Amino acid sequence: MLSRRIVPCLDVRDGQVVKGVRFRDHLVVGEIVDLALRYRDEGADELVFYDITASPEGRRVDRAWVERVARVIDIPFCVAGGIRSVEDARDVLHAGADKISINSPALERPELIGELADAFGVQCVVVGIDSLRDEDGQWRVRQYTGDPSRTRALARRTMDWLVEAQERGAGEIVLNCMGTDGVRGGYDLAQLSEARALCHVPLVASGGAGTPEHFVDVFRQADVDAALAASVFHSGDIAIPSLKQTLRDSGIEVRS
Amino acid sequence: MSVVLVDAGGTNIGSVRYALQRLGVDAQLTSDAAAIRAASHVILPGVGAAAPGMRRLNEAGLADVLRGLTQPVLGVCLGMQLLCESSEEGDTTCLGLIPATVQHFERRPGLRVPHMGWNTLTATRTHALTSGLRDGDSAYFVHSYAVPVGDYTLASCEYGESFSAVIGRNNFFGMQFHPERSASVGAGLLAGFLAL
Repeated sequence: MLSRRIVPCLDVRDGQVVKGVRFRDHLVVGEIVDLALRYRDEGADELVFYDITASPEGRRVDRAWVERVARVIDIPFCVAGGIRSVEDARDVLHAGADKISINSPALERPELIGELADAFGVQCVVVGIDSLRDEDGQWRVRQYTGDPSRTRALARRTMDWLVEAQERGAGEIVLNCMGTDGVRGGYDLAQLSEARALCHVPLVASGGAGTPEHFVDVFRQADVDAALAASVFHSGDIAIPSLKQTLRDSGIEVRS
Repeated sequence: MSVVLVDAGGTNIGSVRYALQRLGVDAQLTSDAAAIRAASHVILPGVGAAAPGMRRLNEAGLADVLRGLTQPVLGVCLGMQLLCESSEEGDTTCLGLIPATVQHFERRPGLRVPHMGWNTLTATRTHALTSGLRDGDSAYFVHSYAVPVGDYTLASCEYGESFSAVIGRNNFFGMQFHPERSASVGAGLLAGFLAL
């Protein structure tokens, strides 16, 4: 039976793992390879590395650390940040990443999703969507969220973009719910449930995990395939083995 | 032991190579026919689509080289699918070493494709390659096309329907999941291949 995935997310800036609250005020939490190995040993099912400054600064992801991670890690990992072309993606995949995730560059040029799917297959093309609810009650997409001074609100509705991204060849969607990110009050179940109904590829929940019960809720109520979290894992407030036991006790299939 | 990784432009070559290094084996990456024929074990990696995958093998003159091998050969993910007769993906003629047609997962409500994540393996036949598998062992899958279950199936997996997770016929073997990214279960299966 297919397991639900627990995915620690490592935001990378200048070669180190950092964490901010509501996408701002980043603090260094550790070295990339050390953290990757720790999460692998604890039973993480997959890792995501976001080079959070590559896209706003218009530069490519540094393939040196991708290769360092690929050498030591024997679980899948995805790299995001600054991938703007088939060549950029090939570089990261050749360095040993299993999947590439695109966010701001896909908004700049949506054709990129299809170009990557044609070149490498839909299975390694992940589209990340940063989304925030506006005063009119609509969820809309944000761009360049790695740099608060450049973050832009777009007119594009999140659910429209989610559908378009799939039509263009996204093999997985990561929905970053910015309103709940970093404050540990639980995943945005309403938004994720609405996304789930429109999403026929794997859907990854992101933003808001604070307790093991939040993971139970997001798998049960929003039926997501994977749940991503950062600060609760980096701080040690949630240990992956006990989180998996909680999920198992709730009847949710997880990898032992 | 001399292990080679067939370099036909696939993109997961690095991660397969690192997985072999963790097992103490330094595999040579090559597209040279003589080096491939001389190896004790040959691995055909692959991420991508069937048609460009076969085109690269044909253009490099490697399709017939692979067909003529007598030592253990392992196809991983797309590499496994290329061992079959043909693939529905791009209506592609493959190497014809395993009598199977690679098919897209049936489109049905609630079945998310690609099949992505950790799923349990069930050994369906006794074979040295899969002798280390235990009940409940999981491997990491990422694919939209699959090989149906047949006489050649050594281990199966369930996703909407049963499909082949590990296949073998004569000296040709395939793993649909990524052993290089399947933690200790994957390392055990790669070690099983190297022990053939």
